[in-house]
Amino acid sequence: MDTSTIMEQVKVQIAVANAQELLQRMTDKCFKKCIGKPGGTLDNSEQKCIAMCMDRYMDAWNTVSRTYNSRLQRERARM
Amino acid sequence: MEGQGATADPQLQHFIEIESQKQRFQQLVHQMTEVCWEKCMDKPGPKLDSRTEVCFVNCVERFIDTSQFILNRLEQTQRSKGSFSESMSD
Repeated sequence: MDTSTIMEQVKVQIAVANAQELLQRMTDKCFKKCIGKPGGTLDNSEQKCIAMCMDRYMDAWNTVSRTYNSRLQRERARM
Repeated sequence: MEGQGATADPQLQHFIEIESQKQRFQQLVHQMTEVCWEKCMDKPGPKLDSRTEVCFVNCVERFIDTSQFILNRLEQTQRSKGSFSESMSD
């Protein structure tokens, strides 16, 4: 196997791992927010709540990422 | 890898370093999103309102401050009483 093939495969595996991590944490958080008492089905209002929660979780993730990134840049500039 | 080990390839080594660094960043973003979600998010609404966004920004900054503060203080205690590392390993 040549180096560029290995690098490609590693990149794909990292992307999959990150997606799984996000999926797992998002599921935990939105389950907690939206499912009070688990009923016989996932009802309509619960589905709406989950959909909204997913979007807000992504917003939060992006805000955290942006803030952390600019913090790192500020600290690098200070050195 | 035909018996020569990954470290023999400088290009691959550089790639691993960069990706590890990116991964540490990603991991901390996952972690801080989770921590700050608990602190800042009430009921998820149709938009991320500005008050919540400010809370997230402050939460990230203070989380990093806290982490640095703890690291510095641990270093200080370790320096002032050299027995620190021994008591850790007990």
